[in-house]
Amino acid sequence: MMAFGQTRKTLDASSTPGVWTPVNAFLKNNKALAAIVFLSIFPFLMPYEALAVKILVFGLYALGFNLLFGYTGMLSFGHAAFLGAGAYGAGMVIVHLRAPFLLAIAGGVSLAALVAVVMGLLSIRTRGIYFSMVTLALSQCIYYLIYNAESWTGGENGLRGINISTVGLLGIQINFLDPILRYYVIFVFVALALWFLARILASPFGAVLEAIRENEKRAAACGYNVASAKLLSFVLSGAFCGLAGALWAVHLSVVPIETVYYLTSGEAVIMCLLGGMGTYFGPFVGAAIYLLFEDVLTLQTSHWQLYLGILFVLCVLFFPRGVWGSLTDWTSRR
Amino acid sequence: MATTLLQTEGLTKRFGHFVALDNVSVGFREGELAAVIGPNGAGKSTFFNVLSGSFPPTAGRLTFEGRDISGLPQHAFTRCGIAKSFQITNVFPNLPALENVRIAVQARYARLNIWTPRRKLTEVIDDAAALMEATGILPHARRTASSLAHGEQRALEIAMALASNPRLLLLDEPTAGMSPEETRAMMDLIARLARERTIILVEHKMKLVMGLCQRLIVLHHGQLLAVGTPEEIRAHPSVRRVYLGQRH
Repeated sequence: MMAFGQTRKTLDASSTPGVWTPVNAFLKNNKALAAIVFLSIFPFLMPYEALAVKILVFGLYALGFNLLFGYTGMLSFGHAAFLGAGAYGAGMVIVHLRAPFLLAIAGGVSLAALVAVVMGLLSIRTRGIYFSMVTLALSQCIYYLIYNAESWTGGENGLRGINISTVGLLGIQINFLDPILRYYVIFVFVALALWFLARILASPFGAVLEAIRENEKRAAACGYNVASAKLLSFVLSGAFCGLAGALWAVHLSVVPIETVYYLTSGEAVIMCLLGGMGTYFGPFVGAAIYLLFEDVLTLQTSHWQLYLGILFVLCVLFFPRGVWGSLTDWTSRR
Repeated sequence: MATTLLQTEGLTKRFGHFVALDNVSVGFREGELAAVIGPNGAGKSTFFNVLSGSFPPTAGRLTFEGRDISGLPQHAFTRCGIAKSFQITNVFPNLPALENVRIAVQARYARLNIWTPRRKLTEVIDDAAALMEATGILPHARRTASSLAHGEQRALEIAMALASNPRLLLLDEPTAGMSPEETRAMMDLIARLARERTIILVEHKMKLVMGLCQRLIVLHHGQLLAVGTPEEIRAHPSVRRVYLGQRH
C-alpha cells in the first residue's frame, strides 16, 4: 500500500505556476476574508453611502440566490418572496411588536426560511423550466397575500414606520441615523453571512450541491438523497435572501410592495449572470454593476433599462461566465 | 453452496401497454460474476434499471439479502450495498476526476454536513485516491472529468460505483463504444474486481462474457429464456435460435 498522504500532496500541487498563481491561491483559500476586507473599504469607493448600502444588501440578495442557481443548478424565478418575507418580517416585528433591532433581523430571517420551507416542499420535485414557473407562481401568491393583508403589511402603500435611531450591538449603542455607521452595522451582518456561505460551499454539503448541479442522477446513485439536499439548499438560499430583505427594511425604514414583486426576482437573475453564476463573489460584482449603472443612467434618461438590457445581452454573449467569472478564468490562465 | 444475494420474483415492468419485462424470476449468488445477455430489445436495460433502483417494477418482488427492496428510492439502493455504472457515461463533467470520486466516497461519511471543511475529511480523499489507483486512473486525478478519454471516463465511473463499498456491483454494458485495447483493459479490471464482490453485468457482446462469467442469464422479448453456465448456454437450442443465429 502506498502512502496516500504523499499522493494528496502531489494532487494538491498546481500544474503550471503563473504570475497570478499566488494571488489566486490566496483568494481561493480565503474567499470570505478577501470579500470582507474589500467590503470594509467599499463605502469610500462609492459616490455616496446609501448607494454602498444598496449594493451591499442586493449583493447579499444575489449571493443567496446564487447558492441555489449557480451551485445547485436550480433557476428560481421566485426569490423576491424571500427578500420580501425578510423585509416584511423584520418590519412587522418593529412596527407591530416594537421589538429591538436584533430580534427584528432574526424575525425577518426566520419568516423567510419558513416561506422557503413551504415553497421548497412544493417546488423541488419539479425540474428545469417547470421549477422556474412553480417558484414564480408561488412568489406571486406571496405577493398577493402581502398585498391583501393590509392591516399587517400596509398593502399597496407598503409597510411604513420602521424607525430605528440607535442599534445596540455587543453592548454598544450605535447611531443608526449616521449614514457611514449605518453602512458598518449592515456590513457586520453581511460579513457574517459571507463567512457562513464560504463554510457551506467548502463543506461536504457544498460538494453535494455541485454534484446535483452536474448530474442529478449520478448524485442519487452515489447514495445522496437529492430531494433533501435540494430542500436544504433552497431553505439556506431563502434565509440569506431573507437576511438581505431584513437589512433592506431597516435601512429604508419602509418596505415598498415592489420588494416582493416578480421583477425583483428578475433582478437577482440579472445580477447573478452579470457577475458570474457559480462564483463566490460574482453576484456582488453583478449587483454593483447593475446598481451603479442604474444610479448613473437614471439621471440621464428614463429609459435606463434599455441600456442595461443591451449590457446584459452583450455580457451573456461574450462573457457567459460573467464579469467576475471571466476575470478569475483569465487570471488563472496567466 | 453460496447464499443468494439478490433474488427477483415475477419481476414485471410495463411502459403503458408495452411489456418490457415479463415475469422474470432469477437469483444471483454471493460472489459470482454473472451476465445478463440478449438481443436488442430483449429487456436487458430495463432489467438492469429495476435491479439498480432507477425505477420500481410494475409487479413482482426484488429482495437483497432477504430484504424486500422493490420500490425504494435510488439512494436507498446505494446505501444498502448495490452500486451501478451507467450505460451512457454518467459522471460530474465539470469537476476534476478526483473530486468525482471524492464526492462518491463522501456519501459514506458526510452527506448533509454544512460546516466541516471538506479538505479536513482526509480519509475521504485517501479512499478516493486508492480507488483511482485501483482502477488505473490516478495519473488523471487533476483533470476535468469531461476531458478524459472515453475508456478513462468508464474507469472513473467504476471507481465512483466502488466508492460506496458495494456488495453487489451492477455494470451496464461496461465496454460500450470502447476500442479493442480499452475493452481488454476493462475486462481485466472486471475480472480483478470480481474476486472480492458479486458482479452482474449487462452485455450485448456475447463473445466477451463467454470467457469471463460463470453464469449467464438470457432474456428474450422481456422473458427469461435460459440460465446456465457458458457451455450450457452455448448448447441451449432456443438460445442458439434467437441469439447465436444472428451473427454476434
